[in-house]
Amino acid sequence: MEGPTKHGMLATGGLKMFRPAANASMEEAMTRKHDTLASHLPDVAGNGLVDRRALLGRGMLFAGAAATGVGGSLTGAAAEALAVDPWSKEPGAVIPPYGVPAKYESKVVRTLTNPNNDPRTSNGRTPHHLLDGTITPNGLHFVVARAGFPDIDPSKHRLAIHGLVKQPLVFDLETLSRYPKVTRVNFVECGGNSAPLFNKDPIQANVQAIHGLVSCSEWTGVRLSTLLEETGIDPKAKWLLAEGADGPSMNRSIPIAKALDDAMVALYQNGERINPAQGYPMRLLVPGYEGNMNVKWLHRIKLIEEPVMAINETLQYTYRVAGPKIWQFFFPMEVKSFITQPSPGLTLKGPGFYEISGLAYSGNGRIAKVMVSADGGKSWGQAALDAPVNSKALTRFRMPWRWDGQPVVLQSRAWDEAGNMQPTRSELFAERGEPKVNTPVTAFPMGHMNVITSWSADNKGEVKHVYA
Amino acid sequence: MSTPKRLAAALPFAVALCGAALAADLPGLGKPVSEADLAMWDMSVGPDGKGLPSGSGTSAQGAAIFAQKCEACHGKDGHGATNAALINAPGKSDRTMALYVPNATTIFDFTRRAMPFPQPKTLTNDEVYALTAFILVGNKIIGEGEAMNAETLPKVQMPNRNGFVSRYPEKH
Repeated sequence: MEGPTKHGMLATGGLKMFRPAANASMEEAMTRKHDTLASHLPDVAGNGLVDRRALLGRGMLFAGAAATGVGGSLTGAAAEALAVDPWSKEPGAVIPPYGVPAKYESKVVRTLTNPNNDPRTSNGRTPHHLLDGTITPNGLHFVVARAGFPDIDPSKHRLAIHGLVKQPLVFDLETLSRYPKVTRVNFVECGGNSAPLFNKDPIQANVQAIHGLVSCSEWTGVRLSTLLEETGIDPKAKWLLAEGADGPSMNRSIPIAKALDDAMVALYQNGERINPAQGYPMRLLVPGYEGNMNVKWLHRIKLIEEPVMAINETLQYTYRVAGPKIWQFFFPMEVKSFITQPSPGLTLKGPGFYEISGLAYSGNGRIAKVMVSADGGKSWGQAALDAPVNSKALTRFRMPWRWDGQPVVLQSRAWDEAGNMQPTRSELFAERGEPKVNTPVTAFPMGHMNVITSWSADNKGEVKHVYA
Repeated sequence: MSTPKRLAAALPFAVALCGAALAADLPGLGKPVSEADLAMWDMSVGPDGKGLPSGSGTSAQGAAIFAQKCEACHGKDGHGATNAALINAPGKSDRTMALYVPNATTIFDFTRRAMPFPQPKTLTNDEVYALTAFILVGNKIIGEGEAMNAETLPKVQMPNRNGFVSRYPEKH
């Protein structure tokens, strides 16, 4: 069982590599549809990717380090003698009614495209490079808002469901709260997230700028199917119109099949009432579908026969592929992953051990597998996934890595349980057409961008965005 | 206005008639409402013109309203400024009404619900029809003198109506 893989790839540091036979068949089953790559991959790969089982305990790492001497010691230089710190010699501050992060974390904030609330859309992007785990704090959830956020009095807010129903009904927040509720962890991703990857040349921006329009929360609310059961559904109804109570009355058409599958009228976000910028006091959640359809400040649902052709499903959130051909009603956000640590702006502090970590997700279900490469895609190792792996939710992947200080190109690639594989740039552009121009971070030349992201690190540890 | 009351009165009978299943499984806390009482909220307009109100407007009328209420953000002649171009200007984005809007009803619907930005839902229906005509004339989709109303608007042939390809139901 031990020794180099069939590709002869040895991880730097000479760690023993092996691939249990049982795992091989399981992986092949997981990637049945598109995968011609994974079944040939070594479990550990070039430029120092360490078997993910190293994360289970330290024993193997100690053994590896002792055998090779790379980096000298796992724990680095000897620490200085430790004095008693001032905060250990006095009582602390008053506990506030509502806690906020430590003052030293003041840079962990969204980046805003419209900080003065000028009359146009506002985007706020999640700082994924400064976060870990899978749940986005409510105050850092990404925002795309057409006209700021409305100040809605929850006692006066109403949700009307009408149109092709047996009985139109109106619900208020208090009565909705008495309905049977469910809790689910789901990501919400703007259809335009990662759009800078459509640029002809790699934009020099960080993971927040490139991938910051996706976030993930635990949502609690009432199944939309429960409410539709109460109104009754005219069999002619094939779609519904969902509309917000905001100034622009943002609206989208949503297939009735999705409404009856897993759509939710969400009332709580991460245990507390939904954040005002996320739709307080209620929003529609259509898990895995593009963010714009998860209508915030939800106040009206109308069952209809055909889509209404709202502005956000015609002039926007449509994608020109060739000549006059334009994709419309492109709903699920397809399988994607990106490395958050290290990433641009997070400089590597010399050779030695690091954990490569990132986020993977799919609008079509659970993440089945994430592979990581440190040599620009020549060899790949399978990353560990934090449990539980939820459907249509951010999934944290981790890959132990021993950097030898030489230039590397880091990539991640994800597969979902439906068998979809995250595409390379050339695979995606074969269908969509090669990019010809460069646009700024704030532009959205196209949507549903899910190609592999590449970060390079030079021998000084500086991380940059590259195409590889 | 009597409809909701009448329905509310009828509801206990309906529940009783439907049997125990309905009463036991559904909280039944939604308040019946009539479509008439939802009329102020129900501003959606379908591509077939369903939902279009009475009223009418021409491009010439629209130009005057545009200069007063829209130009600050959308630029002179609608060629774009701090916000999107509504009328195709050479060298600007290809995301134009002509290419990306398959039904002219969408222009009416969005303008009525969301514009002008600082005071949405304050335009009269005549004004919305006039602004819609102004945008359509500017994009050379209808003729200068054509009035837009509930009759004419759904019949406007947008140039790329047949260019749209639905991705739903999606592949997995």
